[in-house]
Amino acid sequence: MGATLAQKIIARAAGRREARVGDIVTCRVDLAMMHDSGGPRRIAPMLQRLGAEVWDPSRVVVVSDHYAPAVDPDSAAILDLTRKWVKNAGVARFHDMQGICHVILPERGYLRPGMFAVGGDSHSPTAGAFACFMFGVGATEMAGVLVTGEIWIKVPETHLVRWRGRLHRGLSAKDMMLALCREMGLGAVGYNVVQYAGEAVRALAMSERMVLANMAAELGAQTALIEPDEVTLAALAEAGVEAPDALDWRGDVDATYANMWEFDAGALAPQVAAPHSPANARSVGEYAGVAIDQAYIGACTGAKLSDLHMAREVLERRKVASSTRLLVAPASTRITAEAAADGTLTALTAAGAILLPTGCGACAGLGAGLLAAKEVCISSTARNFRGRMGAATAEVYLASPYTVAASAIAGRITDPREMLG
Amino acid sequence: MMKDDDCRPRDRALGGRAWVFGDNIDTDTLAPGLYMKRPVEEIAEHCLEAVDPRFAKEVRAGDVVVGGENFGIGSSREQAVAALKHLGVAAIVAKSFAGLFFRNCLNLGLAALTMRDTARIRPGDRVTVDPQTGRVDDLTTGARYAAEPIPPHLAEMIRDGGLLAHLEKKLKAGRA
Ligand code: SF4
Repeated sequence: MGATLAQKIIARAAGRREARVGDIVTCRVDLAMMHDSGGPRRIAPMLQRLGAEVWDPSRVVVVSDHYAPAVDPDSAAILDLTRKWVKNAGVARFHDMQGICHVILPERGYLRPGMFAVGGDSHSPTAGAFACFMFGVGATEMAGVLVTGEIWIKVPETHLVRWRGRLHRGLSAKDMMLALCREMGLGAVGYNVVQYAGEAVRALAMSERMVLANMAAELGAQTALIEPDEVTLAALAEAGVEAPDALDWRGDVDATYANMWEFDAGALAPQVAAPHSPANARSVGEYAGVAIDQAYIGACTGAKLSDLHMAREVLERRKVASSTRLLVAPASTRITAEAAADGTLTALTAAGAILLPTGCGACAGLGAGLLAAKEVCISSTARNFRGRMGAATAEVYLASPYTVAASAIAGRITDPREMLG
Repeated sequence: MMKDDDCRPRDRALGGRAWVFGDNIDTDTLAPGLYMKRPVEEIAEHCLEAVDPRFAKEVRAGDVVVGGENFGIGSSREQAVAALKHLGVAAIVAKSFAGLFFRNCLNLGLAALTMRDTARIRPGDRVTVDPQTGRVDDLTTGARYAAEPIPPHLAEMIRDGGLLAHLEKKLKAGRA
């Protein structure tokens, strides 16, 4: 019987001929990523207690993004501790305030199809867009990986999610994903793998495929995967990654899937998820007219160059409504530079957008752009759990960068297609 | 009579009052981002306050958290588990857990058991939980439930007190 892509990667990492669903196996870790919040500040005391060192610093990536840049002495101390630990541990692949971890990994060429990786962050499945099996772990489990270079895993099932058709203008991967949160529900696939396929997925750029992989976390999946194709190869080449075997990393034709889900991208309207769950997604019309205090374009999910381009399409030659504010926090410094070079930042700021530093910022309730009690925000981020972006009574709606930008112009939730002509 | 195991919860069972929550209790509710820079003692004061402001103030050592579907969905933050442990929560029994949160519970040595009929346990019931057999007793109503026991390959780690203590033991044995 054939194997899924997930089974093949796990078998390889476990040094086995096959990995049967439900088997508990121990895998060698190709890459371990952690950030300033769950990383050194939490694992340093654990390694100290164990009297152990990092098994292989060349396989470790550390990114300071959650508390960057520092906003108070506490966050400054966390960043300082992170810098010192990295130096001591001999970790060369350290990115200090240069971007959000899940965006840094592919941008700096750290991902290769077929990799088995762990990340100290729940959106680690993002790497699945590049056919890496990467899942999130807590700090203690990360400490275990750093000491042993290994981790146990129960071989998961794979849910195949096929998108046929083509997205219409003004729609994006975020709309596909919010629709999935509603249709599939949070937790319906269990702690398994979601593999995205179909014509509509193939048509997406890598930065858009990353949104699908990223928000598999919201579905409760252990991780996500997308089989590599020419689009993947081009992105790898651009990042300077040599991966001659990239196209070999795919499931067998006779692989067994737990379930097949079918969706039609062509039938999709822009989606908006109401507070306080991504599963509250509906067509934008259902929430049109809701007045907003803040519009936020940020996070690993929603502030890549392609996201800024979507916002630009809507914002060009328009102005943000005086009743609201539009905050933009690009997902990496490289993206900021690219958006500056191609005129995107000029277009956004001319429309009245306020440019924030790169980093997790308000997405995790840590940086600039937090919400006051009862304020309403529409955001391109992945999560709208109660209290995540500030006050517990704040209300966060999730949407695509198109919809967030259009809502910023109107001062209320708006269908971006009205502004795209 | 006294040695009849079926008549009373076993000595190793954990127990206290039940705190009952609904579906999709997320990690932002368990460990709010606003306090994430602070030590776990402080995060714990705000644990679950968005859904039950009394919880952090009134929960006592040995109490049991009872959840619905998908308990612990959200981020990888271990503080979500550490806060519950700090408050003295002895075990979590839920219809289902988010996978990452479940791993974190076991790694920190907090018993997390999956059980379908949690809805029948009422807030304040006296409950005991035996992680190794999966037996759950509601002493208030007299009902007994069978949760899924902790997987055997992890039982040793839990017995050692979590992943760190387990590794410590293994490293020591390796060096000896
Ligand atoms: S941007 Fe938000 S979702 Fe992404 S890693 Fe940072 S906190 Fe997590």
